[in-house]
Amino acid sequence: MRYSALRILREGLTGNKGWKPVWREPEPKAEYDIVIVGGGGHGLATAYYLAKEFGHKNIAVLEKGWLGSGNIGRNTTIIRSNYMLPGNEPFYEMSLKLWEGLEQDFNYNAMVSQRSILNLYHSDAQRDAFVRRANAMMLAGADAEIADADQLRAELPFLDFDNARFPIKGGLFQRRGGTVRHDAVAWGYARGADARGVDIIQNCEVTGFDIENGRCTGVQTSRGAIRAKKVAVCVAGSSGRVMEKAGMRLPIESHVLQAFVTEGLKPVIPGVITFGAGHFYVSQSDKGGLVFGGDIDGYNSYAQRGNLPVVEDVAEGGMAIMPMIGRARLLRSWGGIMDMSMDGSPFIDKTHIEGLYFNGGWCYGGFKATPASGFCYAHLLAKGEPHPVATQMRLDRFMTGNLIDEKGVGNQPNLH
Amino acid sequence: MIINHPLLGPRDAAEFVYLGDASLIDRPDWEAEDAAAQFHAYGYLRDNPAGAHQELWYHEQGDRSWLVVTRDTTTHEITQVELARDVARARGRDR
Repeated sequence: MRYSALRILREGLTGNKGWKPVWREPEPKAEYDIVIVGGGGHGLATAYYLAKEFGHKNIAVLEKGWLGSGNIGRNTTIIRSNYMLPGNEPFYEMSLKLWEGLEQDFNYNAMVSQRSILNLYHSDAQRDAFVRRANAMMLAGADAEIADADQLRAELPFLDFDNARFPIKGGLFQRRGGTVRHDAVAWGYARGADARGVDIIQNCEVTGFDIENGRCTGVQTSRGAIRAKKVAVCVAGSSGRVMEKAGMRLPIESHVLQAFVTEGLKPVIPGVITFGAGHFYVSQSDKGGLVFGGDIDGYNSYAQRGNLPVVEDVAEGGMAIMPMIGRARLLRSWGGIMDMSMDGSPFIDKTHIEGLYFNGGWCYGGFKATPASGFCYAHLLAKGEPHPVATQMRLDRFMTGNLIDEKGVGNQPNLH
Repeated sequence: MIINHPLLGPRDAAEFVYLGDASLIDRPDWEAEDAAAQFHAYGYLRDNPAGAHQELWYHEQGDRSWLVVTRDTTTHEITQVELARDVARARGRDR
């Protein structure tokens, strides 16, 4: 069933009786070619691209809860490709290009809004670093633009330019960055995958892996055993918990990241804005709420809720760049669990167990990566070798010394 | 979170800095045959359990002692707090 303006008109005239559920609820089969563990954004995107781009049909996506109940529904919806290192930037730029064509590609309104992202800088040294990053972005085919304080004063007059401690000297714009309706991404990929024959099996928790002679032959689940030629784990946030069942220790710690939303306001913030001297980022949803967040709490957690010191720190960051935010009332806050990796960058790789694949370690940047993560993981699963933009996202990179450490803080996950 | 410091009593966790898994106390032997593999595991691989977790906290805004805190990562409940010095000595380290 294709969605179109004509279709909405026809359904409107016929009492909206023609809409059908957009994916099936199949019983799990005894065997699949590929079983994807995790029905979040990345898992569903992987299934979608496997079916659409790589011609695989016999695929199941296993989801412990309901579809999209993890981080795809808990993030702050930002898309961007303003990274610097060669192991990252081409990958994220591919992701941004996929976002740009996504709604046409899967025929679903994901409300992709390229309303721009702005990283503020507050010192000469920070300007130099941002110019360097902008050059790296442009070398990878992304757009980047340095704006000085005068230009920002004209565009964003509400910022606290003359803050005594952190005056705003300018910023790095990526105009193609923006926000996306996050749940719709999961729904759109699920619908597209289901239409191509992928079985999406909800309320099906993987309880163990069948590993014989160094080869993974299937999974044990809360709905019975399922055999598979390839098992692709894609459960960022719970990677430690799931891969432990395969006897693996990962270069990952799980941390909690909080997010916040205010009451709905008239349009006040045109794009995404980030603070350069502390950790704070904010955008305004189409409903009007200011959606913002900051640092992770900083200690291992699987609890999906954080503590008050970080709430205070985030609020201070907001007040430092836009004092008007102090007038808005906070409606809700929540937490999500991040796979914080040892260098702040993700993994899309085979494991040492034949037939078992791993995608995770997305830190707090997994949402923007969803399309490219799915595409590159599908590429790896279908062809047995990494996609050209994901060749460095290896699990063994700490052994070989090929870290992708954007911030340069070393193996301290809570600082990335 | 409140950390019940063995010397100072209950203190706000915001006074502390978090380092990570308390296995970081057990530095491998640099002279071992497989020292490279051991240091890779020590530096980069983590158990990352959902449940009881022994971890190192540093009382930066206080007495600057290192603590080993046993905390449930699914509830944030702290069940035991020890001086890291005592833990390390109990494991055979000289300090």
